[in-house]
Amino acid sequence: MKLDFFNIDTTKDALKLLHRLLSLLVPRLVLILFLTLSVGACREHRLVAVESDTDTAIAYGDTIIMGTIGDATNLLAPLASDASSSAIIGHVYNGLIRYDKDMQFEGDLAESWDVSADGREITFHLRRGVTWHDGEPFTAADVMFTYRLMIDPKTPTAYADRYKQVEHASAPDPYTFKVRYAEPLAPALVSWAMGICPAHLLEGEDITTSPLARNPIGTGPFRFVKWEPGEKIVLERNEDYFGGAPYVKRVVYRIVPDTTTMFLELQSGGLDYMGLTPLQYARQTDSPAFMRRFNKFRYPAFVYTYMGYNLRKPMFQDKRVRQAISYAIDKQEIVDGVLLGLGQPATGPYKPGSWPYNPEVQSYSYAPDKARALLDAAGWEITGTDKVRQKEGEKLAFTIVTNQGNDQRIKAGEIIQRRLQEVGIEVKLRVIEWASFLKEFIHPGNFDATILGWTIPVDPDGYNIWHSSKTGAQELNFIAYRNPVVDELLEQGRRVIDIEQRKPIYDRLQQILADDVPYTFLYVPDSLPVVARRFHGIEEAPAGIMHNFEKWYVPQSQQKYKR
Amino acid sequence: MLIYIFKKLTQMVPLLLGITLISFMVIHLAPGEPTDLQTEMNPEASTELKERLRTEYGLDKPLLVQYTTWVKRLVQLDFGRSFSQDRRPVWDKIIERLPITLLINLLSMGLIIVTAVPLGIAAAVNRDSWFDRIATLLVFIGFAAPSFWLALLLMDWLGVYLGIVPVSGVKSFGYEYLSGIEQVLDVGHHLILPVFISAVGGVAGFSRYMRSNMLEVIRQDYILTARAKGLSERVVIGKHALRNALLPLITILGLAVPGLIGGSVIFESIFAIPGMGKLFYDGVMMRDYPLIMGILVIGAAMTLVGNMLADVGYALADPRIRRR
Repeated sequence: MKLDFFNIDTTKDALKLLHRLLSLLVPRLVLILFLTLSVGACREHRLVAVESDTDTAIAYGDTIIMGTIGDATNLLAPLASDASSSAIIGHVYNGLIRYDKDMQFEGDLAESWDVSADGREITFHLRRGVTWHDGEPFTAADVMFTYRLMIDPKTPTAYADRYKQVEHASAPDPYTFKVRYAEPLAPALVSWAMGICPAHLLEGEDITTSPLARNPIGTGPFRFVKWEPGEKIVLERNEDYFGGAPYVKRVVYRIVPDTTTMFLELQSGGLDYMGLTPLQYARQTDSPAFMRRFNKFRYPAFVYTYMGYNLRKPMFQDKRVRQAISYAIDKQEIVDGVLLGLGQPATGPYKPGSWPYNPEVQSYSYAPDKARALLDAAGWEITGTDKVRQKEGEKLAFTIVTNQGNDQRIKAGEIIQRRLQEVGIEVKLRVIEWASFLKEFIHPGNFDATILGWTIPVDPDGYNIWHSSKTGAQELNFIAYRNPVVDELLEQGRRVIDIEQRKPIYDRLQQILADDVPYTFLYVPDSLPVVARRFHGIEEAPAGIMHNFEKWYVPQSQQKYKR
Repeated sequence: MLIYIFKKLTQMVPLLLGITLISFMVIHLAPGEPTDLQTEMNPEASTELKERLRTEYGLDKPLLVQYTTWVKRLVQLDFGRSFSQDRRPVWDKIIERLPITLLINLLSMGLIIVTAVPLGIAAAVNRDSWFDRIATLLVFIGFAAPSFWLALLLMDWLGVYLGIVPVSGVKSFGYEYLSGIEQVLDVGHHLILPVFISAVGGVAGFSRYMRSNMLEVIRQDYILTARAKGLSERVVIGKHALRNALLPLITILGLAVPGLIGGSVIFESIFAIPGMGKLFYDGVMMRDYPLIMGILVIGAAMTLVGNMLADVGYALADPRIRRR
């Protein structure tokens, strides 16, 4: 066998062959390149055609392509906890009840519900004639099954707690579902907004390996069509939807992990919807060309960012120090610097404008002199030429930790660092990757202060975050806040159903939190969605813009995707 | 030769086992567990779930026990199920990401070789000429330019402003409705930018390498002999010098084999390409041990195979090595 690869003859032949191949291929490659470029060119031109606003008649059809940063993970409601999965689940499934545009409960799969006089029993009257996407009828058996699934120890769900408080559940007839609680529980009603799963497909199956996790079958306005992992998820209108079929024919969630790319993709016409960053909203979307093609929206998001103090540390056990730090921080400056003004200073754990929000609490507007006075009073004094305050030989210095990947928190930390330096507090900032951050710092209580955010649940029950019984390892009151009055208010608040009676309890809670300052509440950012202008019927409300998604439509003449 | 290959292959087994053991230990050393993240800072999550998941995943057992269970499964070519919320078999998750990554890497490797080899030779032959200087300058710019920055600039210019290439993704919306040839063209159209961007750094490095190889060879006595024989410059360079200058290419190609399944997370995020880089990155961030190990094992195996191919290729090409 001749192994000599570079034999003269074969090389010559090979070179000749290569030459021939190239002479054949190059003109073709050029042609292909030209063809692809020209195909692209005409397609793009069609896309940037200016859309007219004259025709606004409601019409069926068209596709909306939504940009999302992350892929979904699991499309079974009990197992999903990430935002992308929840968005899809929201289109495919229904709960018994849901929030309307003003964040009040309204019936969904349940037509109505009654709460017994003692507040312990809820009776849901289910809608008749609802079918699953595969044609099977929806009944109380599905609700019963979902409830059993939630309390089954084999189900790896994070939401079992509230269902476990149910003392007795029953389905006296196919269209009635009753639950009784040992004690009245205000947040109980919320738990029935979770997607109801189809019993006929899941009964007796192992939920962790169910094909429904990737191929969901629900009762919702859109039925699932296809999922190309890492690329897109496609949903199509459910013609038989009990609330009336949606106008838009198809919803596509396209996964674009980078916000800059997403924005370029939006401009090139590849996306119809995305959430803008403050920078994009404030600086890059004001051109007339952009405004002609897109509608921008702005409303407070259901999240707040705070700085929490580890109350196990002696330095932070003095309330005056925490108050002083709050006075020394200019929240408006953070909103302006970090969010470019697209947000508002936070004063407590509730969303401004929502019913539990108490506007009358101490808001700690920027007052460095008050901060200095409080620190002096607390015994932290500046001695000699030193710039950092001291008490009994110990410096007033601490480290703020926050997680990697959230620039807003890091920037807020930098601004705080500078402001605190001005009143004589030395602050270091450390940014740590999320998993290590939780494991090494937050869970073991191994930090001084941290900048983090919470989503604002619609029900004001903050038991898990503020109650002194939740300070254990890996629990959410990781700053170890203990206040007997707060404990009592939290226990009281979740046992009263009536909003009129609950409101004073949570007003009082906010006053105490503002006075105690376990957190310095920093800001509530705005949601900044943008939607292609051809979509009509969008209604901005306290709940945002997605609440009437089924009613969005594109007038016939403006429809872009015909198939 | 066959015996040689067989020997190499048997040597690889303990090596692969060693690599997996070390990787297994190291990824478990990283703070945080998959269970922490599934219940991450959720105001409504209970801690009970975390304990249950730990038992279910076997994370409560000693590390060595976990490793042996993993190896036992691996021997049956079972990579296990992912620890992330979808709990899909790791193999499925890898296999759906692999083709696009392979395609881009092969195309960009092809582009690199096709452009870098002639560029390197031309630069070496015309050493210190204007061409060489400009090529050197461009190469260093290409080397130094951050690819994400270049990618964004080109996306804005070619994709948004001129609108001649798609900004991101690998398929157009409505791909299903295209005919076979149109589908190929569509993917090709989407890949123009990513392949170009991923080749830029490679072309820069590779042409430098080619240039220095060629310079090395040109200095040799046998080139002098060839010239003295009165051969034309084209024959001297094209035949005598080039063949020897290309030898190290084999090593480089061998080393590049594991790179074929790898992708950069920044690159893939920017172009919204569902490839291996993003899969691996997300796996690490989620501490999805079975997925991380699955990709590492494949990567390690390909590295070993690539090394072996390089050895064998070298032996085939260079008689001096074979005789040793």
